[in-house]
Amino acid sequence: MSLAITGAIAAEERPWSEIVDAARGQTVYWNAWGGDDKTNAFIEWAGAEVSRSYGVTISHVKLTDTAEAVSRVVAEKAAGRESGGSVDLIWINGPNFFAMKDQGLLYGPFVEALPNYALVDEEGKPSNVVDFTIPVEGYAAPWRVAQIAFVYDSARVERGDLPGSMAAMVGWAAANPGRLTHPNARNFLGATFLKQALYELVEDEAVLQEPATDENFEEVTSPLWHWYDTLRPHLWRGGADFPNSSSDLDRLLDDGEIEIAITFNPATAALLSESGLLPESARVYFLEEGTIGNTSFVAIPFNAANKEGAMVVANFLMSPQAQARAQVPTVLGAFTVLDLDRLDESERAAFETSSDHPAMPSPAEIPPVQLEPHPSWMTRIVEAWEARTAR
Amino acid sequence: MTHDGLELRGVSIKVGDATLVDGLDLCVAPGEVVTVMGPSGSGKSSLLAFIGGFLDPAFAASGEILLDGASLAALPAQGRRIGILFQDDLLFPHLSVRGNLAFGLTQDVRGRAARLARVDEALEQAGLEGFRDRDPATLSGGQRARVALMRTLLAGPKALLLDEPFGKLDRPLRKDFREFVFEHARMRGLPTLLVTHDAEDAEAAGGRVVDLEAA
Amino acid sequence: MLRLAPAITLVMLLGPIVAGLLGTLGPAFGYLPVLGANTVSLDPWRELLSHSGFSSALALTIVSGFGATVISLALCIALCATSAGSRGFERLQRALPPLLSTPHVAIAIGFAFLIAPSGFFARAFSPWATGWDRPPGFATVNDVYGLSLIAGLVLKETAYLALMTIAATGQVAMRASMDAAAALGYSPSRAFIAVVAPRIYAQIRLPVYAALAYSLSNVEMALILGPGNPPTLAVLAARWFAGYDLAQYFPAAAAATLQFAVVLTGVGVWRLMEIPVGAIHRRWVMRGRRRGFMEPALAATAGLGKLSVTLAFASIAILALWSLAFRWRFPDFLPETWSLAIWAQHLGSVARLAGVTALIATVSTLIALTLTLACLENEQRRAVRVGRGALWALYIPLLVPQIAFLFGVQTLLVRLGFDGSMGAVIWAHLIFVLPYVFLSLADPYRALDPRFARSAAALGASPSRIFFTVKLPMLLKSLGVSAAIGFSVSVALYLPTLFTGAGRVSTLTTEAVTLSSGGDRRVIAVYAFIQAALPLVVYAAALVAPAILYRNRRGLR
Repeated sequence: MSLAITGAIAAEERPWSEIVDAARGQTVYWNAWGGDDKTNAFIEWAGAEVSRSYGVTISHVKLTDTAEAVSRVVAEKAAGRESGGSVDLIWINGPNFFAMKDQGLLYGPFVEALPNYALVDEEGKPSNVVDFTIPVEGYAAPWRVAQIAFVYDSARVERGDLPGSMAAMVGWAAANPGRLTHPNARNFLGATFLKQALYELVEDEAVLQEPATDENFEEVTSPLWHWYDTLRPHLWRGGADFPNSSSDLDRLLDDGEIEIAITFNPATAALLSESGLLPESARVYFLEEGTIGNTSFVAIPFNAANKEGAMVVANFLMSPQAQARAQVPTVLGAFTVLDLDRLDESERAAFETSSDHPAMPSPAEIPPVQLEPHPSWMTRIVEAWEARTAR
Repeated sequence: MTHDGLELRGVSIKVGDATLVDGLDLCVAPGEVVTVMGPSGSGKSSLLAFIGGFLDPAFAASGEILLDGASLAALPAQGRRIGILFQDDLLFPHLSVRGNLAFGLTQDVRGRAARLARVDEALEQAGLEGFRDRDPATLSGGQRARVALMRTLLAGPKALLLDEPFGKLDRPLRKDFREFVFEHARMRGLPTLLVTHDAEDAEAAGGRVVDLEAA
Repeated sequence: MLRLAPAITLVMLLGPIVAGLLGTLGPAFGYLPVLGANTVSLDPWRELLSHSGFSSALALTIVSGFGATVISLALCIALCATSAGSRGFERLQRALPPLLSTPHVAIAIGFAFLIAPSGFFARAFSPWATGWDRPPGFATVNDVYGLSLIAGLVLKETAYLALMTIAATGQVAMRASMDAAAALGYSPSRAFIAVVAPRIYAQIRLPVYAALAYSLSNVEMALILGPGNPPTLAVLAARWFAGYDLAQYFPAAAAATLQFAVVLTGVGVWRLMEIPVGAIHRRWVMRGRRRGFMEPALAATAGLGKLSVTLAFASIAILALWSLAFRWRFPDFLPETWSLAIWAQHLGSVARLAGVTALIATVSTLIALTLTLACLENEQRRAVRVGRGALWALYIPLLVPQIAFLFGVQTLLVRLGFDGSMGAVIWAHLIFVLPYVFLSLADPYRALDPRFARSAAALGASPSRIFFTVKLPMLLKSLGVSAAIGFSVSVALYLPTLFTGAGRVSTLTTEAVTLSSGGDRRVIAVYAFIQAALPLVVYAAALVAPAILYRNRRGLR
């Protein structure tokens, strides 16, 4: 980050009604990864809702990688475009959020101005306020919670035979060669597969909450690479090739090429079996020691042309209505960011009816959430992985 | 001094180093048909192109062309009022017979009804009353040739250039059409320049014959 | 105005390319003042060269680019040689235009659906013949050697080169030469290779270079069919450009510049190779052999050519099939459940994108037609002789790799505040649409008998009246075909849309590529199918409309 650019940006202090008035008629260019059909449909639904209630139009800019949007804002900043930017809202977290916040590319803090933010659970769901160890500080609004789980086909594999830890994956893969893989580490989920292993294999987890350094990276990650070198030959296609994305991975599971697929959404089995992309016997399971979880945010670039519209959308995404819909297994199956205790009776009821699908894990099955390491670990792991796997 | 009709004064045409036409002086009186003869490549067609105003810039031409005493030098092809008939009829394939004639008809005739009347009158003169809505591609060679002449005449030319227009017609048809053309040219008093390499055409024209030597 | 047409056209066409190349060259040598990088250095190149996958990426690029072009040319020549003078030639002539108008992306996606380990072919033979109840564990798509990428490129480029060859046969009196050779005892295919092919090659040389340049530098096909780690050089550059780390711009620009050098060198090497190949050909002709291995070898190669054409059509068909499936697991030969649900879900979005795609394609094609006609009309009115330089100028956009100048264009657009606008996208499309429109329209326009215009002038018609009422109506069919070609070129463009559209302008093509990174084959199929169908419909309309309009005009059929 030798080219870091800093700029002073003021907090949002206007009253909500003023923001809503200014938002009317705006078109919000929401830059969000477009590889997941269900999310795309959800964004479209949200667009229809905010258009009806607030006169704000959402234009979904479908990205293949969130970094594309970050790069666009960076390029605009470099070109001196301080306002009228082309990105209004970004679905963001992890290294992308860190990079933007670090370089002063985000507008805000703004979340305190959004009325629905008062419903957000800050204590029970710490990832709502600390993203990958980076304090969010009001620069991004949470809209869905994700936790690592693994999908399998219960008609093909017994639950009891599945590896309960990342370490056990090696033995399982050796016994079932070619039946396990993970997305390319350039993909968010692919990198998380490696981080999940790092979590388990590292001597002292605390080190991961600090930035990785040139001095400690090699030493801290050496158990990871040792583990990976043992695992890799047993992976799908001998570990020479990796699927591009989570949905690519799910396809391999559906085709029977692999038996275990990592996912960031515990509702994946329910969601995909309903839409014909996985068999009805698909189920999810978790690792015994817990799995990494994080929160997806939306953030507004410093030079966004339609900030008010973007805030209206962010506020809508945190509304009980949107959160309850997102939790329906056939919609997104995404866990809510809200504290249900702060909702009234009828609002809460909407959340309770939405989790009785046979492929949904019961609340008791869901293990504790492990907090994401500092983003620098992810960035460096991806680089190291690329160097190791390139021919 | 100037004459009525078409007059050429010292017309020369060169291409590269070769001189095709060298200082040609010629007067064609109204109603007169003058025949220009010569083998291929002798510059007959270039001469007509020069008079018509569309000589390829690869040719260098000099000399004066006067029509009814006025010089044509400054006028573009479309302003010269010189009708021309080629060996092919060149009827526009996308227009009907009537469309072709109406395209040719001078814009001095105004109003739809008046224009159609003039077109139909021309068709009648050509003995083609029943053909006005036909696709020109469905006509016989002789019929097409007559439509082409009528189209040229409807434009109200002050002179007529004939670039071997009978070359592609077979013998009996050729004779008929030749007479048809000359009759109309004389009737309208048009100075007419005929280019051909066929002695029979020259004889039928009955006027003076200019010979261009091969270059 | 008209006399300015050639100048305006050249500036519209080459201005962005030159500016974009310079705008990429700067950062390739560490110079990008907006980022505070004011000194020239070789650091970007050092970084590029030390990238772990660099040498494999470069090798992959060269092998897939040359491999695809050599194979495509061989298939194309064999196809034409074995069918020249027979019915098969006309069949080829009719079969190829739809393939030419189908975007690369749609073919690539469909082809992947056919040959993937879980693809249609594996299903057709499983488990009864192969014993596979699960897809086999080897890579048939995205393989590290780029074989599937080469095959995908061959499907498209063979059709392109064969159409160019067929068009060239008109200019080399193929029939007369082949008859003469037959009278001397040569078989038709041998006669074609001996006396027709060399002259045709001289005619299609630039299209061959364009095919080579595309194969070496395309991003969209390499994304879908090529390997991922490392990818081809162009994909590597595109990936770095898209990263959030601005420091990556420098090696990215170096990679893009290297890509330009690879194409320049590639075309140069190809040109040099023409000399020994030509010498060998002449020596072979001198020997006067009438029989040998050539006929069976050509027949076998032509068989592969036919396979390639068939596979290209099958790639489109499989898209239709997948778009109608609901549940379709391996190894089921056909879907277990059929449904229109995917269509129904995506209809709104598909329609919106198809609208934007068609709008961009229509406007860029209309501008291209206007400029082309203005240049051609100017050429005729002022009797200008057009030299080979003009032809090369037209080919520049087809030879210069897109990645090598689009980044520079993007930086420029951002500075002008013009990025993400429809205007910018349309202009970027125009750069690629114009050459195809010009090349397809110039011959018919110049071939129109000039005496029609002279007759009309002798009848008193002004040049503009002649242009609008004589030339354009007579050329309606050619105009339609050119417009359809321009439209299909625009629909297929990926990188130009991506770089100038700033994500705000998306088309069926950018959407299809974005989706192809996901895994829902049914949804991908819907978008890719519509992407393939849109230019086909326009092409059909371009053929049908003049036929209806001129149904009573035999002279124009």
